[in-house]
Amino acid sequence: MSANGFLYFPGCSLRATGAAYEESLLELFRVLAIPLTELDDWNCCGATSYMAVDEGSAFLLSSRNLSIAAEMGGHEIMAPCAACYLVLRKTLDYVEHYPEIRAKVEAGLRAAELKAFTGVKVRHPLEILYNEVGVKALKQKTTRKWKGGKIACYYGCQAVRPYDEVDRPHNPMRMDELMNAAGAPTIDYALKTKCCGGSLTGTIHEVGVNLNEILLREAVRKGAGCIVTICPLCQFNLDTYQGEMRARGVAIDIPVLYFTQVLAWALGGDIGKIGLKRSISGRAAIEKWFSSEEAPAYA
Amino acid sequence: MWMHHPGPGAATSAVRQKAEIKMTQIARTMKYQREADPEWSARIRQLPGCERVSSCIQCGTCSGTCPLSIYMDYTPRRVISLIREGFKDDVLASKTIWLCASCYSCTVECPQQIHITDVMYSMKREAIQEKKYPSRFPIPVLAREFYAIVRSRGRNSEIPVVLRMALKSNPFILLTMMKSGWDLFRTGRISLKFEKIRKIRQLQKALDATKEVA
Repeated sequence: MSANGFLYFPGCSLRATGAAYEESLLELFRVLAIPLTELDDWNCCGATSYMAVDEGSAFLLSSRNLSIAAEMGGHEIMAPCAACYLVLRKTLDYVEHYPEIRAKVEAGLRAAELKAFTGVKVRHPLEILYNEVGVKALKQKTTRKWKGGKIACYYGCQAVRPYDEVDRPHNPMRMDELMNAAGAPTIDYALKTKCCGGSLTGTIHEVGVNLNEILLREAVRKGAGCIVTICPLCQFNLDTYQGEMRARGVAIDIPVLYFTQVLAWALGGDIGKIGLKRSISGRAAIEKWFSSEEAPAYA
Repeated sequence: MWMHHPGPGAATSAVRQKAEIKMTQIARTMKYQREADPEWSARIRQLPGCERVSSCIQCGTCSGTCPLSIYMDYTPRRVISLIREGFKDDVLASKTIWLCASCYSCTVECPQQIHITDVMYSMKREAIQEKKYPSRFPIPVLAREFYAIVRSRGRNSEIPVVLRMALKSNPFILLTMMKSGWDLFRTGRISLKFEKIRKIRQLQKALDATKEVA
């Protein structure tokens, strides 16, 4: 990590359905005094759709963002959204390993007079907090005592697979460690990397909702009072459709939060600036658990 | 007394019934070499990420780990086998390739290091290029609408993408979204401002140039 911090790539979700992720992330990094500079005029990462339509275009979208990072003199992009993170990370990998993909990307960058992006790295906030700040330092900086329920840490898919830099693909534990450092107990959640189905809730609705019902019911069965995620799509799916499940007789109403919301709050961040009002499910619990009173958890 | 006993006769008829059901299944899934297109298979196996398809040992780990295989018409293991033999039409018209949510479970678990998620992506692209995807199936329609809006604006906006996807596939999808749409709106999670990047011409120029490379 350089003194200038990181170039921040929000991605489309953090400006819409995942607004609470951006708000809490910015507040957390402000509290930690790690500077973030937004990537100038960034474009959409293409998510899973671009790869399904045209490979060259899919890698070009990320290449433009990487190129802007090189132009801005930053060598580390932080991408909080799992889809954005993976597309950027995969672009670095595939452009290096496949000459046919490299040829397409280079032609695109040349035509638009964009710079080559050698040396640019892609990072995720979970791994930055774990590696650069560290569990010990976070524990020391904690100023509020967690009063909420046990947490099921849900890692989802694309942040931990197929690359293992954010956390290991099998039984990732870094988010659990960060939550414990902030004073919040976590459960042993066996489905922590089982996919939420991504955009399936919007396309083949019943299938998408089924996947999420399985995840939610298992978390509750294991005694979790709350689910914490690192991806805007996971949070969206788990949070949005609980009402629909209740209408079918499934007794479920638990908060689904971003790990940055819990950390920003625990580290004494401004309670009005971490997007707590944007949650749909588990409202009563959120209002009970989160208050602005300071109580040193570790004297 | 013996007449009420579900003796060997009844058991035999149950087995026979099962055998008949099995026969219809076998008849439906039987493939013939003459329907295969080995040249297509050979071309696919040279695409980035598809190189190791030939090494598949048909263990089924991919299907076992896939959270969506129970909803698929062919499991991932069968898709790999169909590709290897060259049963192009079956693969490209399948719903399986579109149900794949790109979660990379199979890719990570495959004992033969086959990049199954990449293989699924290649099949999606083939299906779109050859217009073989199931018509009015929302997932490929969404992919194409998403592609179009990002090309024209540089960023995604949920509302126009979702509306177009629904109108071109199944408008009743919108009914399933009314409650969630309202919840998202009242919590400020749906933006009515449609985002656009400043240098959209630059992006389009770059996108077009990638297509000129063979």
